[in-house]
Amino acid sequence: MKLKTILMAGAMAIAASGASAACSYENEVPLKSLSAGFEAWKAVTDAMAECGNFSASLDQEFREKQPEAFAADPSLYQIGGVANETMIPLLNAGTIRPLDDLVAKYGQDLLPNQLIKVDGKVMAIAMMVNAQHLMYRNDVLADLGIEEPATYDDVLAAAAKIKEAGVMEYPIGGTFKTGWNLAQEFVNMYMGEGGTFIGEGNMPSINNEKGVKALETMKAMTEFMDPEYLVSDSTYVQQQFQQGKIAMANLWASRAAAMNDEAESQVVGKVTMASAPMGSERPSTTIWWDGIVLASNMSDEEADAAFRLVMEGIDGDMVSANNDTAVWLNAAYKPGDLAAGAAASAENGAGAYPASAAMGVLHSALGNGLADYLTGAKDAQTALADIEADYITAAKEAGLISN
Amino acid sequence: MNFRTFAAFVGPSVFMMLLFIAFPLVSVFKQSFYITQPVYETVEVETCTPGFLTQTCVIEQKSQPKLDEHGEVITQTEYVGLQSYRNVLEPERAWRAITEGNWSVLSTINFWKALRFTLTFTLITLPLVIGFGLGIAVLINNAARSIRGPVIFISLLPFIITPVIGALSINWLFRGDGILTALLEWWLNRDIALFAQAWTIEILMMFYRVWHVAPFAAVVFYAGLQTVNQDSLESAVIDGATRWQRMKYIVIPHLMPLIIFVSMIHLMDAYRVFEEIVGFSSQAYVISLQWLTFDFLVPDQAGNRSISRASASAMLTMIGIVLLLILPLRRTWRDHKGGH
Repeated sequence: MKLKTILMAGAMAIAASGASAACSYENEVPLKSLSAGFEAWKAVTDAMAECGNFSASLDQEFREKQPEAFAADPSLYQIGGVANETMIPLLNAGTIRPLDDLVAKYGQDLLPNQLIKVDGKVMAIAMMVNAQHLMYRNDVLADLGIEEPATYDDVLAAAAKIKEAGVMEYPIGGTFKTGWNLAQEFVNMYMGEGGTFIGEGNMPSINNEKGVKALETMKAMTEFMDPEYLVSDSTYVQQQFQQGKIAMANLWASRAAAMNDEAESQVVGKVTMASAPMGSERPSTTIWWDGIVLASNMSDEEADAAFRLVMEGIDGDMVSANNDTAVWLNAAYKPGDLAAGAAASAENGAGAYPASAAMGVLHSALGNGLADYLTGAKDAQTALADIEADYITAAKEAGLISN
Repeated sequence: MNFRTFAAFVGPSVFMMLLFIAFPLVSVFKQSFYITQPVYETVEVETCTPGFLTQTCVIEQKSQPKLDEHGEVITQTEYVGLQSYRNVLEPERAWRAITEGNWSVLSTINFWKALRFTLTFTLITLPLVIGFGLGIAVLINNAARSIRGPVIFISLLPFIITPVIGALSINWLFRGDGILTALLEWWLNRDIALFAQAWTIEILMMFYRVWHVAPFAAVVFYAGLQTVNQDSLESAVIDGATRWQRMKYIVIPHLMPLIIFVSMIHLMDAYRVFEEIVGFSSQAYVISLQWLTFDFLVPDQAGNRSISRASASAMLTMIGIVLLLILPLRRTWRDHKGGH
């Protein structure tokens, strides 16, 4: 099984490099990149490496290294891979450069929505989007005559039916692992209720009916989840799906392809991607983008070469060769069934993750504080009030709130 | 040995100790009284992010750090006294919880929650480690000479395994429908979720720590057993002392200095419990003081760290260890003085 996977991957890699027919030019300037390590980044950096003189660091701990590495002069990496929130520290420290002139020079093929603009200046080039959306077992739901769930009430009703029918004991999966994952679930729910996180003067604004509603929905879901939900991360939920243990989950679009991976999955073709369930105002999800930034601390020639290389890395050939790896932002991308969930969520009005320095602090405070509510140690208001107090302490220490 | 030779031998080690232990400690101590933070300004920024087909642009008030003329973030450092300690200890909330006799509130405040677990963990594993260590040592000592080597090797194995790896393997064996949980479920014929409540996780953690550390205690005690006075043992046998009496009146008093040594090492190690929290990913239910320090230090996704609170929490952990060690240290000191 394992060997087969490796062979398949090898064959695919050869096919991919054949399809993209190597690089259209020879890169002369030595360049390095630091980015996250998931599949899409591998595809992009492999395409860039074909031009020569390029080495990529794919590192899941990139966010801890990037701020320091880019602050060095000259920067240790010319090219950086970031997402909504991980761009903030670089932006705040002024270690990434505006790309407008380079976009004008090399960026003819870029779509307008790939340009991440801050204060009118292009600071990053987005290459893909990612969002959590509803995945469900079409066979299980069809057998019981359940419609595609559109709201969390539908999801809960469907779960009750599935449990009652004795098909599954725990029909719902969720990325409820304490810390970042759990906080992200709350962010999704709270966005769905139309709430705002940070108010005037960086003061928190989550202790309200919308916050309570979000928490109550989460708690209601846990009734139908494996009792060990507080240690369940994306990979765990993905495996639960693949092993046919759960019927519904609000899971990352980047995990969709795994459902149809015949080497791992027992439910190939049985999982439908749908819009994230609607909250009171919009879908309970947030849209994340992944993209590329260039360091300030390097010569303009290097920046020129780096940008040209990036354009080669995220061009149509690469996207066509790796179509199902991600929801690419590219004219050559053909959205398949796997991207339907992310697209439907966006159509229903899903918002972008509200990245900011303050939000980073709040996300951590949420990650540490929410478990007390779910385990029953605190009621909803107390939990939210304590999280706000925690946030204020940390934000004061970070200098975001004046004493 | 004359002083010059002595200094030449000890010098490098003292220098290293100062450089890598004393100075960082002083620096942490100092940092726990200061806060360094960037100077923020509030600006109105239009940010555009990708939607599908079109872009979503929003205009918001954002806090941005000010940059100086070299493009460096301007920071300011401020003396805050005991504020960071107060932030970690949350004395008002804790005191309110104590006066109201509300234990469950106290145990939701991070520091106190961590302290509760750290102390429980340390004090429960201590006798178990000593007990099992002694047991294994006696077992090895009584094993036939021919199999003694392999027995020592096997009993040392758990100690050789890297702590995080060991904790992770136990985690995987028991988590969800892990092999051992599945076995238990089959045996007891009921659904078991070991990672769904605090007490089961705590038991697993203690089990893991005892399994991991007992071999170390065993090796130390085994070495000690080689020096027990055989004449006393023989005369005890002649006097009709049982095996248990020989153990209690001859062997254990002889091993006492070693038992205190192992206890001290274990108290220091167990009070800094960390690998178990990470390996079992138990943050939702159980945290330790060392993990709390680590959590303050880890930058969030926007790059903020709580260095001051981390320093304060590290100092508090150190104070805790010192308090714990006072008892065994006093005893050793008394014995030492009595010996002269």
